[in-house]
Amino acid sequence: MRTYHQLTDPDRSGLGDQIGAQRKRVAERLAAVRRIVAVMSGKGGVGKSYVTAHLARALARGGRGVGVLDADLNGPTIPGLLQVPHTAQPPAIGLDGVKCISMGHFLDEGAPLAFKGPAAESFVWRGAMEASALREFLGDVEWGSLDVLLLDLPPGMQRYSELCDILGNAPAVLTVTIPTPESRDAVRRAMRAAVEHGSELLGIVENMVGGELKGSAGDDLAAEFGTPVVARVPWHPTPETWNRLAAQL
Amino acid sequence: MKFLCVECDQQMAFAERALPGDGTLAATFKCPTCGRVVAMLTNPMETQLVASLGVEIGGRTVPAEPFEMVRTFVTDGRPDGQTATPSWSVDAQERLARVPSFVRGMVKRIYADYAKERGITEITPAIMDTARAELGLEGM
Repeated sequence: MRTYHQLTDPDRSGLGDQIGAQRKRVAERLAAVRRIVAVMSGKGGVGKSYVTAHLARALARGGRGVGVLDADLNGPTIPGLLQVPHTAQPPAIGLDGVKCISMGHFLDEGAPLAFKGPAAESFVWRGAMEASALREFLGDVEWGSLDVLLLDLPPGMQRYSELCDILGNAPAVLTVTIPTPESRDAVRRAMRAAVEHGSELLGIVENMVGGELKGSAGDDLAAEFGTPVVARVPWHPTPETWNRLAAQL
Repeated sequence: MKFLCVECDQQMAFAERALPGDGTLAATFKCPTCGRVVAMLTNPMETQLVASLGVEIGGRTVPAEPFEMVRTFVTDGRPDGQTATPSWSVDAQERLARVPSFVRGMVKRIYADYAKERGITEITPAIMDTARAELGLEGM
């Protein structure tokens, strides 16, 4: 029996070429984006989306072209934070002129993300569907020229890994934590994964500072990874809080 | 993916792609020497996996539309794999009407559940035949 490569006529399906074309489409679309920054944590509930939205707005107020890709497909919050109607066509224009794309644009208000397909063992194909949705968000949105594209990642590292694969390289990372040791330990794992993938660490945002949450996660992680704490965000931040953060990126 | 006609030791050529129903993807290949035709059939999960990659067996004939996968596969909030109640073709309705009335409701529900589990949007006599064979419903 001959092998695949011994059959020299072209494989008309050309699945490899189709995947290559998808990558090319993403690369071409993002060619006019000067910088891609993933806002990540590895821990849920630390305020990644909140930080992302307000950082984006501060950057836009400073005259930069800014887009936000809401990579939290199952819990999209960016349209709400940027006050974009969920019926808006992507890229929607939010507060301060920030452009955004979110799964929220494709779902009925309040509806969970679900896919058509065979019900049995949907876990087999669901991850592939989500990665494909992410690829379309990166490759199909007409961002135009952007200074910064912020990627708002969900908790965990799966979406970050998918992004590295789709982009073909590891994006720069801005890490968000809250002060507690529990957050520090979870965020540490995410930062290690980011370093192993080759991401540049831009710094740490310590959120929810000055309240009931005690600890020194920001300083601990900064010392361990040799990256600065670029902002300590209190419970009631002002626009100046975000402007100072934006000025450091 | 390539297919070899073992008898001719010849690579078979892609001929046609079809979606015959019940979530099956059919790709046919023909031997250019002897004319033998084979069909590769995927089960619904395999079909879904191919679709989730955004690729097409046999190659793309037109470029992908923006957000093609999301617009095609994201539902309006039903759990994964659960589509709206499938419709019945006229032929299938006529066939269902011939089922004795005291079991018709149960039979209808069995076929509807079968279709929903497989993402089938319309029940046809062919779907009923397949379901009957798969579920052991001879006579319904």
